[in-house]
Parts: sequence; structure tokens; C-alpha cells
Amino acid sequence: MNTFTAPEIDYVAIAPILIVAIAALLSVLTETFLPRSVRRPVQMILTLISLIGALIVLVINRDIRTITGGGAVAIDGPALVLMGTILILALLSAFLVAERSLDSLGDSFAPSAAALPGSVDEREFSARGYFQTEIWTLFLFAVLGMLAFVVANDLLFMFVALEVMSLPLYLMVGMARRRRLLSQEAALKYFVLGAFSSAFFIFGAGLVYGFAGSISLPEINDALASTAGETLLIVIGMAMLLVGLLFKVGAVPFHQWTPDVYQGAPTPITAFMGATVKVAAFGAMMRLLYVAFSGIQWDWEIILWAVSILSMIIGSLIALTQSDVKRMLAYSAIAQSGFILVGVVAASPSGISAVMFYLIAYGLVTVGTLAVISMVRDSTGEATHLSKWAGLGKKSPVLGAVMAVFMLSLAGIPLTSGFVIKFSVFAAGIAEGDTWLVIAAVVASIIAAFFYVRVIVVMFFSAPNENTASVAVPSIFTTITVAATVTATLVLGIIPQPMIDLLTNAGIFIR
Amino acid sequence: MNTYPWLTTIALLPLVGSVIVVLLPKHNAKLAKSVALAFSLVTLGAVIAMSLNFEANSEEVFQFAESYTWIPSFGINFSFGVDGIALVLIALATTLVPVVILGGWNEAIDSQGSVKGYFALILVLESLMIGVFAATDVFLFYVFFEAMLIPVYFMIGRYGGPQRSYAAVKFLIYSLVGGLFMLASLIGLYVVSAQITGTGTFDFTTLVGLDIDPDIQKLLFLGFFFAFAIKAPLWPFHTWLPDAAGQAQPGTSVLLIGVLDKVGTFGMIRYCLEIFPAASTFYAPVVIAIALIGIFYGGFVALKQTDMRRLFAYSSMSHFGFIALGIFVFTSVGQSGSVIYMVAHGLSTAGLFIAAGYLMSRRGGSAQLSSFGGVNKVAPVLAGFFLIAALSSLALPGMVSFIGEFMVLLGAFQQYMWVGAIATVGIVLTAAYVLRVYQKSMTGPLNPECEGMKDLNGREITALVPIAALIIVLGVFPAPLLNVINPAVDRLMTTVGVSDPEVTFPALNVPASNEGGSE
Repeated sequence: MNTFTAPEIDYVAIAPILIVAIAALLSVLTETFLPRSVRRPVQMILTLISLIGALIVLVINRDIRTITGGGAVAIDGPALVLMGTILILALLSAFLVAERSLDSLGDSFAPSAAALPGSVDEREFSARGYFQTEIWTLFLFAVLGMLAFVVANDLLFMFVALEVMSLPLYLMVGMARRRRLLSQEAALKYFVLGAFSSAFFIFGAGLVYGFAGSISLPEINDALASTAGETLLIVIGMAMLLVGLLFKVGAVPFHQWTPDVYQGAPTPITAFMGATVKVAAFGAMMRLLYVAFSGIQWDWEIILWAVSILSMIIGSLIALTQSDVKRMLAYSAIAQSGFILVGVVAASPSGISAVMFYLIAYGLVTVGTLAVISMVRDSTGEATHLSKWAGLGKKSPVLGAVMAVFMLSLAGIPLTSGFVIKFSVFAAGIAEGDTWLVIAAVVASIIAAFFYVRVIVVMFFSAPNENTASVAVPSIFTTITVAATVTATLVLGIIPQPMIDLLTNAGIFIR
Repeated sequence: MNTYPWLTTIALLPLVGSVIVVLLPKHNAKLAKSVALAFSLVTLGAVIAMSLNFEANSEEVFQFAESYTWIPSFGINFSFGVDGIALVLIALATTLVPVVILGGWNEAIDSQGSVKGYFALILVLESLMIGVFAATDVFLFYVFFEAMLIPVYFMIGRYGGPQRSYAAVKFLIYSLVGGLFMLASLIGLYVVSAQITGTGTFDFTTLVGLDIDPDIQKLLFLGFFFAFAIKAPLWPFHTWLPDAAGQAQPGTSVLLIGVLDKVGTFGMIRYCLEIFPAASTFYAPVVIAIALIGIFYGGFVALKQTDMRRLFAYSSMSHFGFIALGIFVFTSVGQSGSVIYMVAHGLSTAGLFIAAGYLMSRRGGSAQLSSFGGVNKVAPVLAGFFLIAALSSLALPGMVSFIGEFMVLLGAFQQYMWVGAIATVGIVLTAAYVLRVYQKSMTGPLNPECEGMKDLNGREITALVPIAALIIVLGVFPAPLLNVINPAVDRLMTTVGVSDPEVTFPALNVPASNEGGSE
């Protein structure tokens, strides 16, 4: 009879994840045992300290390269970079979650998630000035899932991480204080489609296990290497795994949820998930493809080629027709996923570092843009319709200028980070011979530039009218986020070389 | 060669000046203007000092070359250097800035923006103009090319006339669209260089040395040319220019038309021709056709204008036709002529717009021809300067523009006789609209509303004297210009791989016996 041997776990190497996990559990206890009055500050401090603490430990751990936890966890250069990116973006989003001075009613979240929209209960809670603090618990669990997602080195752990990341997000999306029905509809759509895509993922994992006899990514690779031909099963399995991941990044044709969720979710949550989920899912996708499936590169390259081109073109074209800023950003996110896939397809060390740079810079811009959107308001809450942005740049030049920087960066104009990242993935694509893919990407960027520039034109070149929204004065929280993201966008655009060097030195995914 | 970083110094001086001007107290406008003027003069002095060190017949492609790594991963360097063409255009830019500051001394007073802001913007623009001409890295060139939009946008949008924001937006959007296409081509160029050499680069000299596939050249050429044709502007990409010039302050227009638009023609000669030689010869007939249309279209529309500034804008469009023509006929005479024409046009534009600015300031801001008449009776000095600038614009022999225009036409005749013949007719048109302006505004019975108009004061004369002097001196003695330009053009012709058609001074009945500048 076999005896069970517990796997060796390198607690130091996974300390950043453990810190967030412990904080998430403490956060549950806080919700359960502490009185309502002190929960909010405790939760906030807990979240900020755990994120910063994890980040510090991560920096101390920067030279660790190891596979631990019985082969389920791989800590390598890209994993460290991606974890750091997730933590920084989560920290910046946490400031937005903490913001309370923009809305006259308080923060962005429903006072009680359990109360039906428009019900007596809800009004009662609102009138009593309740604030719900469960959002922080969910936030920490989502971050935990993401951190685990990028280090997961076997399919089962990857699936668990995927769910730990996704379930809190489904809930958070439905918690908007204003326009709650829209928010709940978005949450339901996201949940149903998300559950469906998770099913694809787990089914795919089953098929791959059927082929390889293992769920460990390196062992799948070994199985592929030792089996000639007979790859149909594993190709289908791999494609199904990809469906699960491509859904998370909102790539065409798995993008249908994106606009509704971007629009319906509370803006801080849109910022959080828009930035970090991409980092986590692309990180996991690269590990999956490069570590486990490098043997059938031809098969997944073809799929990703098609998905990339479709995402770039369809995302850009539909974004052109949007009149709501958040929906436009959603379609832009779809197009940006396409651009990132160009780097993923390249499947080279320079491609990996280009994709990571893309995720960092794009994440920062996304958080910053949504932070700006959360400040633009009228009497009904956030004013996201583009017509209400007319002349905003004249009413509030600083906000207009910041938004302009973000838009130029998303459009990929030089001297902003957006140019550098687009250039990096294109160069990586070219180096691997994907010339036509890059040409399609350049064409899509030209199309995309128009709708980004249109926001600038509306802000600065239309006269303000009675419908023009006003800019709420933020507290220190949102100010920090906006200042940090805009600074980073410009610095990474003007002197990108240190970051490029850092990412190049991070190396590749280990087996 | 000396190793002093001349170009960086020259490019930074105005920028430092603008920072100082911004920091000066708001109420003391005069101090701000004086500081701006001082910085522009120091910059001009530095350019003159640098020019004295310039060796016309040097072996090096670019002199005063400097290079600092910027983004090594992408092959992007911060490199400066000038050949004869760039040097001449930098000299033009730095000459016009002090003239504009002095001539536009009172321009910003009634505007919505602050006075010191206007002069700070002029200095920022000067920095960027020097950068754009000095850049020898294509990416760096692009950055300066786009960055120039920002100060100009604010100069038009904050200090212009009643329709200023419309004009500024139109200018910006046209330029941005052109810039986007250039950016796409720029990335394409990098891709091509990466495929040929293994490591991508934006270094101009390296790119020129590449043997790019002609079909790819034809594609990439279009992106660059489109941006330059909007900037220059050539017909049919011109509609932003009359609006911008009609709304901007005269000083802004001088820099916009006199220097900025030259970036378009400079870009054609430097980047389109040298990097894409095969495409340039392929597209030459199209460009020549556009240029010819522009010459006549601009001329005819200019005839009908009632606002002086719009008229000068359309006349410039006609002149840009000549410049583009000279570039794309592929003869060394034509190309040298184009560069001289750029300088000449910058000078005459400056003279015309500044004189128009003086007239406007005496008639409550109106630039309508009908607001004037018989001005030479009350303000003879003003009328005199106006006449010199006008004659320079119509390329009277003895003026520098005559040399430019003559060389362009000569070059055209050498290559395609009919093109030369058609273009020559354009001269008549130029004479017609230029003389019409002078006749309507300066001669004839005195317009009663111009009664008691003051003649130019000392400051105003000081601003115009250098322009008039340069127009005439260089017109009579163009050798310094030609000595600097010719070696650069010869080198350029070699790079492009074309040589001058053999001119056999044909008797009139012998047709020009060449099929033109293919490789």
C-alpha cells in the first residue's frame, strides 16, 4: 500500500501569496466578529498592509527560482514580475475602492449586497448610512486567486486559482450603488458565461489528462515529446483550456460579456478587474502554452493568430461606434487583448518580456483611465456618456490633460508607454516571422487611434454645454492613483529602457 | 572636427529661455518680451558661430554630429547632425524667430492668453524646429514633428482671431491624421530594417544604406509623403492652411508658413527621397502633377481672396507647388533651387505677414483689402517694405526668390520640358495676384479711413530691415547659400541614384533628349 508523502513546500518562495491568503482569512473574521463601525478602517488597513507587505516580500524574494508544492507551484522570473504587477495594480485599485468623497451618497458600492435593488430594505440601509465592507474581503480573495493563477504549474491548481479569482469578481461586479439593476444584470451575465467557460477549462483539463496521464504542465510536455502523431485528443483539450483563458481576457469570439460588465460594474471594480485579470490570465496562458504545449506550437499558433486578428479588428471597429466611455473602453480592452496576443504568439523570450511590459503599462493606464472616469459626474452619478464630456477639458484642464495622456497612450502615440508596449510586441512578432499579423495590428492601431483621439477632441474642442458633467473633487486616495498612473505612463514612455532590461532579465518560464 | 555639442546647445537655448519667460512676473509683459528677444538673438548668434565652422565640402554626411542612446532595445538614438540643407533651414528658423518677436511685439496683448505665454510658446517652437531639422534619427524626427503641433495649436487656439478654435482644431486634426500614417510607415521601416540587418534601427544613415524592396518602398513612401503633403501643404491636403493663417496672429503665421511648413518639403527631400529612392522615382509623375495643380489652384484662388492673410496662405500653397516640383524633377539644379526657394519663401512670407500685421494693427485688426487703399501716401516706409516683400514673393530678378524659382524651372525644363513650360505660366499668375494686393492696398486714392495712418516706428522698421536686406543681398550674391546647399544636393542625388540629364543646350527645335531620372 502506498503511503502518502506530503509535498515539500518552500514557504519562503510562496510567502507573498500566503500573506494575501492570511489577510483574506483575517478579513472574513473581521466581517464576522468586529462591530460595523470599525470594520471599514480595519478592512482597509488590512488590505493595504497585506498588499504592500506582499510586494516587499516579493522584492526580497526576487532571486528565487524554484518549483515547489509537489510541482504545483512554479516561482520563476515571469511569475515574480506578474505577481508584482498584480499587487501594484491591486494596490492602486484598492485606493479607488476606498474613495468616499466623490459620490454624495458615500462610496461606489451598494450599502447591502443582499438587499434587492430599489427595495425598502435598500433605502433603509442607505438612510442609516451603512457601508458594506465585504467588498474588501472579496477583493483580497480575488487578488489571492490571481497570484496563484500565475504561479500554477499544474492544471488542477490552475483551475482552483481561476475559480478563486473569478467567484469574488462575479459578486463584486453586481455591487454598484447606483444603477444597480444594470450592475446585477452584468454580474449575472458574467457569472453564467464565466461558469460556462470554466466548464470548458475543466473539460479540457480532463482531455489533456486522458492523453498525458498527468496534470502537471512539464509532464504534459514530456508526454507530447514522447508521443508521435495521435495528438487530436490533446489538441482539442488544449483548445478547450484556451477557451477558458481567452474568455477571461475578453478576446473575440469570447468577448460578449465585456461591454456589459465594464459598464455595469462599480468603476473601482472595473478598474481592478480590467487591469489585473488580464495580467493573471495572460500570465497563466503563457505558462500553459510555453511549458506544457510547446510541442504543438503549430496548433495553438494558428488559433491565436485568428483570435488576435479578430479581437483587434472587431474590438477597434465596434469601439468606433460607442458613445459611452466605459463601453468604449471595454471594446478597446478587447482590441488590446488582440495586441497582447501578437506577443503571445511570438513565443520567444523577447515576446514574453514584451507581453509582460504590455500588461504592466496597459494595466496602469486602465486603472488611471477609470479613476478619471469615476471623477466625472453629474446629478445621477457618473456621467459616462461621451456627450457629457463635451468641453470637459476646458472646465477642468488638469483632468482633461491627464485623460488625454491616457488616451494617447492607449492609441500608442510615442512618448507614452502605449507606444513602447505596442512597439515591443510588434517587434517580437516580426522577429518570429509573424509579419502579416503585425501588419494587421498596425492597421488596427490606426483604426483604434481614432476613437481614442475622439475623446480628446470632445473634451477639448467642443464647447461646454448645460449637459457637461462636472468634476468631483477626489480625496487623497484617487489622487494618488491618478498621479501614480499618469507619471508611470509618461516615464515608461520616455525612458523605457530600465523596464525593458528588468523584464529581459526576468527570463523565461521554467519547467 | 570640433566636438562641442553645437546642435544640442542651440536646440536647448530657446527652451531654457521659454522656461525663464514663464517664470517671470505676469504683469511685466515688456520684461518677458525682452528676455524672449534676447534668447532668440543669442540662439541666432550661436547658429551663426556654428555655421562659420561648417565645412561645405566635408566628406561627412552630417556635421556637428552627436548621438546619445535613448532606447537601445529599439535602436532609437538621440542623434543630431546637419548637412547643408538642414543648416540653411535652421538658419532660416533662427533668423525669423527674433524678427517675429520684434515684429509681433504687441500681438498677444488683446488675447485671452497671457502675453508672456505667447512668447514662451514661440521659444518652445523654436527649440522644436531646430530639433526637427537637426534630427538624424527617424524616430527622433517623428517626435519633434509631432511635438511641434502642441505649441502651434496653443498659439492659434489661444491667441488667434474670432474663429481661432475652429482653425486650431482643424490644423491639429489634419496634422494628427498625417502623423498617424507616418507612424505606421515608421514602424514598417523599423520592421524592414530588422529583416534586412537583423537588428532594427531608426538611424537615418543606416536606413539610407538599406536596399529595400521597391514594392515595400512604395507602401512606406506613402505614409511619409502623406504626412509631409499635409504639413507642406500640397493640393489637395491644404484646406487647413488658409483657416489657420486667417485666424492666427501674423507672427504665428510667419513661423507656421515660413518654417513649419518647410518641414514638410524638407521631409520630402530628406526622408522620402533618400530612404525610398525607387518609390520616389515611381511616384514622381504623380507628385509633379499634384505640384502643378497646386501652383495654379493656389494662384487662382489667391486672386479672389479679400483677406490678405488668406491670400498669402493660398499664394504659399502655390509656392509649395514650385518647391515640390523642384524636388521631384530629380535634377541637382531643381533640388538646390527648391532649397533656396524654401529660404526665399520663408523670408518673403515673413515680410508679407509682418507688414500685414502692421497694417492690421493700424486698422483695428482688419486684414480686408477693402480696408486699405492709398496707404503709400500716408505711410511710405510701410508701403516700401511691403513692396519689397511682395516683389520677392513674385520672384523679381535681384531677389533671392528669383534664384530659387529660376533654378526650379531650369531643373524642370532639363527633365521634362512640358512640365517646365506649364509651370512657367504660373509665374504670370503670381505676378497678377501679388501686384493686385499692392495696387488695392497701397496705391490709388487714399481710403478715407486710412487718413492719418502712422508710418512705421523704429521697432517695426528694425524687425523688417533684416528681412529686406537678406532678400536683396542673397538675391544678388547667392553664393554662400549655394556653396552650402550644392554639396548636400549632389550627395543626395548620388544616394537616390539619379544623375542630371545631359543638357546639350539644344537649339530650340531639338526636343530635350532624355527619358528622365530612373536608375
